[in-house]
Amino acid sequence: MLDFSAAEIEAVRLSLRVAFWAMVGSLPFGMATAIVLARGRFYGKSLLDGVVHLPLVMPPVVTGYLLLLLFGRHGPVGRFLEESFGIVFAFRWTGAALACAVMGFPLLVRAIRLSLEAVDRRLEEAAGTLGASRIFVFVLVTLPLIAPGIVAGMVLSFARSLGEFGATITFVSNIPGETRTIASAIYTLTQTPGGDVGALRLTLVSIALSFVALLAADLLARRLGRRLSGD
Amino acid sequence: MLEVDIEHRLGDFALDIHFQAGRGLTALFGRSGAGKTSVVNAVAGLLRPRRGRIVMDGSVLLETERGIQIPTHLRRVGYVFQEGRLFPHLTVRQNLLFGRWFAPARERRAANLDVVVDLLGIAALLDRRPGRLSGGEKQRVAIGRALLASPRLLLMDEPLASLDARRKDEILPYLERLRDEATVPIVYVSHSIAEVTRLATRIVLISAGRVHAVGPVQEVMGRAELYPLAGRFEAGAVLGVRITAHDPRWNLTQLTGDFGNLTVPRLDAPVGAALRVRIRARDVILAVTRPTGISALNVLAAEVERLVPIEEGALEVQLRLGGECLLARVTRRSGAALGLAAGREVFAVIKTVAIDRRSLSRQGETAELDDGMETFDS
Repeated sequence: MLDFSAAEIEAVRLSLRVAFWAMVGSLPFGMATAIVLARGRFYGKSLLDGVVHLPLVMPPVVTGYLLLLLFGRHGPVGRFLEESFGIVFAFRWTGAALACAVMGFPLLVRAIRLSLEAVDRRLEEAAGTLGASRIFVFVLVTLPLIAPGIVAGMVLSFARSLGEFGATITFVSNIPGETRTIASAIYTLTQTPGGDVGALRLTLVSIALSFVALLAADLLARRLGRRLSGD
Repeated sequence: MLEVDIEHRLGDFALDIHFQAGRGLTALFGRSGAGKTSVVNAVAGLLRPRRGRIVMDGSVLLETERGIQIPTHLRRVGYVFQEGRLFPHLTVRQNLLFGRWFAPARERRAANLDVVVDLLGIAALLDRRPGRLSGGEKQRVAIGRALLASPRLLLMDEPLASLDARRKDEILPYLERLRDEATVPIVYVSHSIAEVTRLATRIVLISAGRVHAVGPVQEVMGRAELYPLAGRFEAGAVLGVRITAHDPRWNLTQLTGDFGNLTVPRLDAPVGAALRVRIRARDVILAVTRPTGISALNVLAAEVERLVPIEEGALEVQLRLGGECLLARVTRRSGAALGLAAGREVFAVIKTVAIDRRSLSRQGETAELDDGMETFDS
C-alpha cells in the first residue's frame, strides 16, 4: 500500500514546492494589499477589496482561464515578462505557483488585514511620542503585533495551494514532472484503470500535509499570542 | 517654557486655549470633558488644531498660519497616557529603552536607565512583560519610558485616573520626586483636586474649552468664584506652610505660614519641611470678635475679601490672611447676622481635628473628597 511510485513522489514534491513559492511570492503583495485595505482611505477601496476577493467566489476554472489569457505566451503580461525578463509562466511549475498564489491571495490578505485592524492604534501613537518615525513604528510595534495574523495567512495560503486544482489545470495543464501536483495526479489516477490505490495513497498524503500545516500554524500562532498576552 | 495658543472645534465643542507653562508641574485642571486632553494631544502632535501656535523653548512645534506642523516623533515631547499604553510584545526593559534609540546621541546620556529605574522603583519588573503588571506598576513603567526618551517636556494625561486609591498613593511620591528632581517641565492633566493640590506648581483652570484662571496653586484655589467651573468639588483654600514644631505630649504639630500658626494633629515629617494644607471651606467658622473658651486651637485674624453666593442659601466667603487666601462657607443668614462685607475684619476658626485626613475618611467621604488636607514635601 505504501510503496509510492516515482511519479507519485514527484507529484508530492512538486506540490510542496509550488505551495511554498506561492506562499512566499504572494506575501509581499498580500502585506501591501492588507495595509492599503486596513489603513488606506481612498476612492475605489471597495472595488479593490472586491477584486482581491474575486478568486474566492469565481469558479477556479475562470480564474485559470483569465491567467492563461493574461500570462500565457501570447497574453499581454506573459509576453512582456518573457521578452523583458525571460520569465515564463505558461505550462511551467512557476505557472502553477502563480495560479495557487492568486487562489490563496484572498485568504492571505484577509488574515493580515483582520490582525491589522485589531492593532491598538494608540500603541502606535505612543511609539510616535517616543520618537519613532512611521517606518520604525511599523517595524517595531505594528509588525510584531500582527505576526500571528501573518503566520495564519501564510498557512492558509499554503494549504489552499496544496488543494488547488481547477485554476492550475486550466492555466498550466497537467504535465507530469512539471505541473502535475497532488491534486492533478489524483485526478489522473482516478481516470486511469487500476489507479485507485495510487489515488488513495496520494489522498492520504494530502490529508496528512494539510493537517500538519494547520497544526503547525496553530502552534506558532499560540506561541506568538502568548508572548503578547503575558510572559 | 511652553507656549500654547490654539483654537479647535470638535463637533459642537469649541476649544480656545491660551497659556504658558514653565518649570515645575503645570496642572491643566477642570472637569471631565473640558478639553484638557485635546490640549495635550495638540502639544504632542496627535491632534491638529484648526488654528494655533505652539512653541517649546523657542522652537515652533505648530504654527497653522505658516503651515508648520512638526510630526509627533520629532517633537521630543514625552507623553504618559491614562492607560499606560505599554508595548505588550516587549519586556519592561525593552519598553523603557524604546525611546532611547531615537533620542539625539548627545542627550541620551541625560536619561540614565539605572537612575530612572531607581527613581520609580521598578528594578524588580525589568524582565517581565506588561501583561502581568498591576495598574500602578504599568503607570510607573510608562512614566519611565517617557523619561528615557529624553523629552524636552513631559505630558501626563490623568496618569492616576484608572487606579484605585491605594495605587494612587503608591505613585504620588514618585511624581513628587519627578517634579522636584527632573529638570523636565511637566504638564499634568487632572480633574482631581487632591492630585492637583499635592503636585502642581501652577494651575491652568480649564472649563468648557476655555482657560478661566492661571496661577500658583494657592492663588487659584483661594478664589471662591472659580469652584463652580472646576467641577463638583468642595471649595477649600490651600495654604503654604512649614513645620515649626512637634508637640509629642499632645500629639500635635505646629505649622507656620505667612498668616500665622496652625496647629494640626501630629504629622510624620521633620521640622522645617514645607507642606501644603488644604482647608475645606465648610471646616472654617467665622466670628466677628476673637472667640474665647472654645475647643478649636486655630483662631486666625483675617479680612473678608469677597462674598460669593452659592446654592442652598450658602455663601462662600473669601478671606485674606497675610499673603494667603482662605475660604469659609457660611449660611446667608449668618452672613447677614454678622454683617459680613468686603473689608470686614473677622476671625477664622479651624478645628484642629478637621484637618486630619483620617478623620475625614472616617466620615465616609468619597475618595475624591477625602483629602481635606494634603501634605507633601517640596
